Amino acid sequence: MIKVVLIDDEPLARELVLEYLKVFPHVQVVQECNDGFEGLKAIQQHQPDLIFLDIQMPKINGFEMLELVEKMPAVIFATAFEEYALKAFEVHAVDYLLKPFSRERFEKAVQKWLQARPTVEDEKETQALLETAAQQMPAQHNRIVVKINGKIKIIPLHDIQYLEAADDYVRVITSEGAFLKNKTMSFFEKMLDPTQFIRVHRSYILNVTQITRIDPYEKDAHIAILKNGEKVPVSKTGYPKLKEVLGL
Amino acid sequence: MAKLLLSIKSAQIIFGISWLCVTLLNAALLYFWFSANIETAIVDSLIHNILLAFAVMGLSQTLTYYRPKGKYLFVVVTSTTLAIIWVMLSGWVLAKIFEKDLLYTAWLYTAMPITFIYGFILLLAMGIISLLFYETREQQSILARKEEAEKMAREAELFKLRQQLQPHFLFNSLNSINALIAIRPDEARQMVTKLSDFLRGTLKKEDKQWISVDEEIQYLRLYLDIEKVRFRHRLSTEITISEAATGLQIPPMILQPIVENAIKFGLYDTTEAITITIDAWQEDGVLMIAVANPFDSSLNPASKSGTGFGLSSIQRRLYLLFGRQDLLSTTSEGDLFTATIKVPQPQ
Repeated sequence: MIKVVLIDDEPLARELVLEYLKVFPHVQVVQECNDGFEGLKAIQQHQPDLIFLDIQMPKINGFEMLELVEKMPAVIFATAFEEYALKAFEVHAVDYLLKPFSRERFEKAVQKWLQARPTVEDEKETQALLETAAQQMPAQHNRIVVKINGKIKIIPLHDIQYLEAADDYVRVITSEGAFLKNKTMSFFEKMLDPTQFIRVHRSYILNVTQITRIDPYEKDAHIAILKNGEKVPVSKTGYPKLKEVLGL
Repeated sequence: MAKLLLSIKSAQIIFGISWLCVTLLNAALLYFWFSANIETAIVDSLIHNILLAFAVMGLSQTLTYYRPKGKYLFVVVTSTTLAIIWVMLSGWVLAKIFEKDLLYTAWLYTAMPITFIYGFILLLAMGIISLLFYETREQQSILARKEEAEKMAREAELFKLRQQLQPHFLFNSLNSINALIAIRPDEARQMVTKLSDFLRGTLKKEDKQWISVDEEIQYLRLYLDIEKVRFRHRLSTEITISEAATGLQIPPMILQPIVENAIKFGLYDTTEAITITIDAWQEDGVLMIAVANPFDSSLNPASKSGTGFGLSSIQRRLYLLFGRQDLLSTTSEGDLFTATIKVPQPQ
């Protein structure tokens, strides 16, 4: 039995997928969700094999929801949203259905997935897709979505002081405290506005608006002092980047 | 092709009257002041002034087509040349006619410098008048062409702004219809009709400058009906139109994008059901319409200033239509965002 979760804020859009799925006897829709919050819960609870996901949804969009998913299912996007994401889809194996889509197109997408089903590959592909999509969707440029104690928190970018690498995670340090996000430093480096967030060090990305002062520190290295007094190391390669952005 | 100054009726009349006056004055001067006999005075005046009239018309004509870079110098030089030719020619003709009147011919030659100055001044005056006339003409036509071009650009921009129907709306609606065809065909049919009516409205109303508030609201309801099929119970609307506002006028398709924006931000900020309120009333003869939607201030920090919402195209449209930047205002109180537009009424 293949477990499927539908995530779309339009009831009719879900009904259509349900209707189209009737011809696949092994597929069982375990839950229908109205938004990314419900979707996230359903994915955790049911561990589905496949999800159908809209992009434009209340509160957090489809991409942001995927960023918070721990055990990634295969994803087939169903969306009318093409201008930012289409390119991302083209490069990666995860399928997408552009609304309105035909039964043939839908069945082709499901068949393709059923035949291949390389689950590990799926996850990698989805991750890669997210990185590309994150750079292309302007909605994501002004905030980061994190999960804390099972709750979802949306951090506006201007609240971020700096980001710090922590093993497989990245610590997002804000005035309200630190949040962990299961992402790489290079993901954030690509996603964030390079005129505001600078990779000043292998382990640090710094919000330049938070800096009050830059002091020399040992040979070739510097240290940035933030408004709240915290100190962030600036490496030999990071310093020129910082100087350029600050116009020094 | 520039119109000739002397082909304008009023110019012809003024020219004719002036010519007559000058000719009579000239004859009178000769008769009373220089004691010429009446015959001589009239013939002298006629010959001089008829020839001068030709010279003046020729100059004016030339300036229609030919205005070189140093146009004032050109007028002075031409006037001088024409005046000399004119003095010689009229002198020669008159000397021939009055060959035997030695007193007159002697006077004719003596007066030549004065006659030259007289002719030169009139030629110069006419030259400058013609020059100014044609220059103004040209300026006016340049200005008119520029205005025409600006008007066309404005129309094109307005057209584009009106056409800015969100493609998502269309695609999502088609997707809903696609779903309804399988589940509830009757509803699918209704939705197709509504969507068609709505789209027809967008095409039809483009030519019209103004429609009634009633008509605009009807059209808006069509749009809302479609959106309600898409979002079901999550979307409800309250429309209140004051009696005084119903008869007022509004440019077509102004409300729909504002409401679309309200729905977008209302629905995408929350997972719960929302109500969009639309109020229209009259204030000092101006139509006021307020569209309010709930929003989550913690999700949209930019919306506090009102710039975060996609209302710039409405702002631009109102500016192009009325030349004013102050017709759209936004406020947010608590978790309610309100966009208000003022629509000045046509005179």
